[in-house]
Amino acid sequence: MRISMDLELQDTPGQLMHVLTPISDLGGNVMSVVHHHDKKTFRNTVPVSVILDIEEQTVDELQHGLEQRGVTIVRIGKMRLRARTHVLLIGHIIHTDLRETIDEIDGTGFAEVQDLNLSMPAIDGPSSAVITIMATGDEELKTSIEILRQIAECKDLLIIEPLEERGSPGGTSNEK
Amino acid sequence: MRNSPSLFTLSIIGFGAIGQGVATVVQNVPQIKVVAIADSKGVALMPDLQDVLARKRGGQPIANSDLTALDVIRTVDHDVVVEVTPTNIHGGEPGLTHVREALKNKRNVVTSNKGPLVTAFDELVQLAHTNGVALRYEATVGGAMPIVNLIRDTLAGARVLDIRGVLNGTCNYILTRMAEEALDYEQVLSEAQDMGIAEADPTYDVTGIDTACKVVILANAFFDRGATFVDVDVTGIDRITQDALQLARQRGFAVKLVGDVQELTVCPKLIPIGHPLNVSGTLNAASILTDTAGEITIAGKGAGSIETASAILSDVLSLMRDRS
Repeated sequence: MRISMDLELQDTPGQLMHVLTPISDLGGNVMSVVHHHDKKTFRNTVPVSVILDIEEQTVDELQHGLEQRGVTIVRIGKMRLRARTHVLLIGHIIHTDLRETIDEIDGTGFAEVQDLNLSMPAIDGPSSAVITIMATGDEELKTSIEILRQIAECKDLLIIEPLEERGSPGGTSNEK
Repeated sequence: MRNSPSLFTLSIIGFGAIGQGVATVVQNVPQIKVVAIADSKGVALMPDLQDVLARKRGGQPIANSDLTALDVIRTVDHDVVVEVTPTNIHGGEPGLTHVREALKNKRNVVTSNKGPLVTAFDELVQLAHTNGVALRYEATVGGAMPIVNLIRDTLAGARVLDIRGVLNGTCNYILTRMAEEALDYEQVLSEAQDMGIAEADPTYDVTGIDTACKVVILANAFFDRGATFVDVDVTGIDRITQDALQLARQRGFAVKLVGDVQELTVCPKLIPIGHPLNVSGTLNAASILTDTAGEITIAGKGAGSIETASAILSDVLSLMRDRS
């Protein structure tokens, strides 16, 4: 099960070990760790977002382990993919390893390719694909589009992104 | 040569489709007098408009003098130089020299030519200011769709935060036809060329250069960016496949070539089918984001000789009002 946690850590070196050790002890797999240094709290702690895969029955134990080590858990929950967008890719999508492209997005931990529809008119001709990406939030969605943009540039694919909504960046639609 | 002070006098420099459009529409305005028309071969002084239009259409020369276009701009007394020679984004000539000389000689300039504006915008605006004359260029962006004057005059009370638009009718026609009729790019391009919607060499439109020029003009006019063509990150529509458009459509999206003025980018974007920028055929559309008025979207015919001439005439008439 994929879990996301918002934690608060003291702003001193070595604090992350208190988070990673209990996860590792329980066989969990950390997908993403983000330190929000810019959002330091008045208690002089730094908010940290962690996304991990772990067996569902060990979540309580993990929570306990973290608290024992003095880690403040602000929120813990099953990760929800709220933000969604579509992106078009045109070019030699198959020849340039589609699997790798999808893995890059899925590997972020905060976004995944939910759907991919491919049209391949001729062996030598360019293929077209529409990819549906879901992410935990608008910012994460933006980041995953940025990753896709870099991949497209490397692989000489034309990428067509959604027009950014004004007021809600990323051209996203939030799904409740 | 002096004209009656009540008449507003113009020269038309360039007598292609747009110049002819201007000569056609000004006939309906009795206060306007065209004192000279220059085409690539020579100058017609004090032309009879119907006569020169007929000669031009018949492939006959229009010149009745030994003057050049520059002679007209420098020496013939008149109020407004209408500069409508073809756009050249590499150096802006011959339009750039025409516009420079007109401003130096204290003549107002109304132009549809993007070349001078994408190569020397700040210099020309400064030159107009120094000489106490106006440089108007509504016709360079969006054809008949009012955008420059709309923002400058009507939206004067709001601060413009961004402008995004579908600013090239040729691209929009091609993308619309490909999506709606499930036709290939090459096929629709040939069709557009047959209909006169695309040039024989479509590069300027389909690679996004034309849209980029419009982005540069708006960025300089409203955001003081001092940008030139090379500052714009441009992707055209020439790699877009019919399949991609169908896939987008199944998800509720259209693909449009969008120019973003704040970001200085031109690239195809997915636009929700119900979005106001999703205009079809050769239409242009622009969405203006302001601080107080919110978002305002306009749409209109982006090309065509009479449509473009209407934008030029609107600039000329506004100068005429300013004088009186």
